[in-house]
Amino acid sequence: MTHKTAPAHPIIEVEDARISFGAVRALDGVSLAIMPGECVGLVGHNGAGKSTIVNVINGGLTPDTGRVASNGGALERYGINVARAHGVRCVFQELSLCPNLTVAENVRIMHRNLGGAGWRGRARRIIGESLDRIFPDHGIDGDETVGTLSIAERQMVEIAMAFSDAGTPPRLVILDEPTSSLDASLARQMLTHVRRFVEAGGAVIFISHILHEILATADRIIVMKDGRIVAERPAGGFDANSLFEAMGSVAKGAAARRQNRDLAAAPIVLRQTGSGLPFTAREGEIVGLAGLSGHGQTEMLLKLHALRSGNWRPRRDPAVAFVAGDRRLNGIFELWSILKNLSVASLGDLTRHGLVDEKAEEARAESWKARIEIRTQSMANPVLSLSGGNQQKVLFARALSTRAPVVLMDDPMRGVDVGTKQEVYRIIRSEAEAGRTFVWYSTEMEEVCLCDRVYVFREGAIVAELDGDEVSEKNILAASFQGAAA
Amino acid sequence: MKAVHLLAAKPWIWSWLAAAVVWTATVAVTGGAGAFGLTQAALTFAAFSVIVGTGQMFVITLGPGNIDLSVPATMTLAGTVALKLMNVDNGMIAPGLVVALAIGIAVGVGNYGLIKLLRIPPIIATLAMSFIVQSAAIWTNRGLRIKPPSLLAEFTTSSTFAIPNMAIVALLVAVIAWVLLEKSLYGRWILAIGQSMAAARMAGIPVDGTRFATYVLCAVLAALCGYLLACFSGGAALNMGAEYLLMSIAVVVIGGTSVAGGDSNVPGIWGASLFLFLVVSMLNTYGLGAGFRLIMTGLIIIGVIVVASGRRARQP
Repeated sequence: MTHKTAPAHPIIEVEDARISFGAVRALDGVSLAIMPGECVGLVGHNGAGKSTIVNVINGGLTPDTGRVASNGGALERYGINVARAHGVRCVFQELSLCPNLTVAENVRIMHRNLGGAGWRGRARRIIGESLDRIFPDHGIDGDETVGTLSIAERQMVEIAMAFSDAGTPPRLVILDEPTSSLDASLARQMLTHVRRFVEAGGAVIFISHILHEILATADRIIVMKDGRIVAERPAGGFDANSLFEAMGSVAKGAAARRQNRDLAAAPIVLRQTGSGLPFTAREGEIVGLAGLSGHGQTEMLLKLHALRSGNWRPRRDPAVAFVAGDRRLNGIFELWSILKNLSVASLGDLTRHGLVDEKAEEARAESWKARIEIRTQSMANPVLSLSGGNQQKVLFARALSTRAPVVLMDDPMRGVDVGTKQEVYRIIRSEAEAGRTFVWYSTEMEEVCLCDRVYVFREGAIVAELDGDEVSEKNILAASFQGAAA
Repeated sequence: MKAVHLLAAKPWIWSWLAAAVVWTATVAVTGGAGAFGLTQAALTFAAFSVIVGTGQMFVITLGPGNIDLSVPATMTLAGTVALKLMNVDNGMIAPGLVVALAIGIAVGVGNYGLIKLLRIPPIIATLAMSFIVQSAAIWTNRGLRIKPPSLLAEFTTSSTFAIPNMAIVALLVAVIAWVLLEKSLYGRWILAIGQSMAAARMAGIPVDGTRFATYVLCAVLAALCGYLLACFSGGAALNMGAEYLLMSIAVVVIGGTSVAGGDSNVPGIWGASLFLFLVVSMLNTYGLGAGFRLIMTGLIIIGVIVVASGRRARQP
């Protein structure tokens, strides 16, 4: 690491960190230094070691070898509390707020030195100020219980908490996939704040799979692969293609819009009326649900699912399958192996006389492992041994391996790497050709534009229907905001 | 060495170890005499705990908050009504059993009805149900003590090839339960529900149907146990189920089943049932007073749970 002799010391410097989990090399000699006043973009595939290096920096993991230094001096006994005292803050990919406490009470947990009489008022003020600064018009009250907030609002609280100042000001904020559950306008507000924070002398480590965000926001980009840094350049030295290449995936360009297909003759397989326009979906159609996040898309999916699945008796022929976006909440069975997690939705087909045919189950799991490239040595490993993106792949395989003619997807691509996304898009397309219907809620515009037809949501109701060539970023944004005025 | 490792990873091994240690400690006092008798008694009395404990295990597997407190009352009602119906007549053994099991089904249906329709937490719903059932038992029994049919009394108290018949019945129940839990679709479903009800629902599992079946299964096993226990002890008594409330929960926990749900095992129920009976016999053999015996029983149970859960915490 030969840096120009910088006038300031790096906030955090990691030297030659190595970490192994069993046989898996998570970090294989990583050195990096974060200077004040810079935003460092960190990219790489799932399992490249991004989360691991973040955990080293925030003190959650101690490297097997290597050292961590701050302000020019090596730190002994580096841990989470030492990191916090040095102003290192972290926004995790998996939301880490306590759902049964209010926003203010969560702030109290995060800021240890906030105690004493009247802490509630202070906590409310601190988080309120921070939210106002980052997300104007956020509409979140400090006394609300976190469990009642939408996933986007929770993410906003978490981001605001990381940037808030209660005694020790934040100096280095690590954002791990911070925009994954925010819609476009909220993401823009957050990125603007990141720039403001950096200009004022703070530092940010920014991890995202949305490459144009990284390219637009970061000063310097570090590319990781297999636990090593494989490229490091100023952001100007990369464009989307060269970044793809550095990550080791073939640049495919923007996912091409699928060809318009005439589905008017296909039978309608789903019909749902509610407030706003009626919802229908035809056989073989990919229907997108768009709009700002938290405007009733997930509720729509849950309703479609609840009305078509047996809660008392198993259905002989499953009508719908579901791919969760919030995999901790309604996706993964944490105690189980990958195998059992994958097969759980299609066990009906693998059962004879009420007993599960384990050979058939294993065969099916192996074929899906190969088809969707689940990165593990054995499907008998616990599901939690997989990285987040690979867990998501298991959920995909779970839904696709059922015989259900309709697949409901609740923003399932959060935290999934670019290569996997392309692979899943391809599978979705071929399954749709074969007659399967997909209802796809996504916060990513690129994905919405892959759909045959799109419903735009606003305040719990469908406010617009876009068909064929009408599906475009411009039209969707127009419809999502227009609804408010109407 | 590998086999030892594999065995140590099984959560039920600890209850079996504990049972073996206590058995040895008891037999050591008598110098080997009475070892056979002790084993026979342990197998017989453990059998009843195994039958109710298995039902309770299925309910606890459903996840946090799921428990059936109506077990003792169901046992009592099934026992009293069946004995009254059979009225010492050997020809009525089968109808008596059918009626006992029907009572179990009715209690199970009532339990889940309260939980689902009135949205009462299981702990309160089953407790309320147990008052109703216990009152029904008092009303039908009215202090009568009817003897069981002679064939049934003979069957429950004798042995086949030196193994008590009750133990054989309980072993049968355990084998069926093991197949249900480990091999069947139903077993997968309850294990999934126990880990995350929301995820189970989204995976297309019929959550309400599965939970309903589980509460009914638990009540039916309690009724079966009540029927057999009443015949074994020569007549039904209104308090015959009392000790099985704590017992049914204790054998599940000591057996290594996770109280948080979604992770259960059947062999542990047997180990824990034997252990609980043997602890009491050991303290009896040592000639300790009743009060001291109860304290020791409590301490030993806590000790086993601590050892067993400490092992689980260390696992990744």
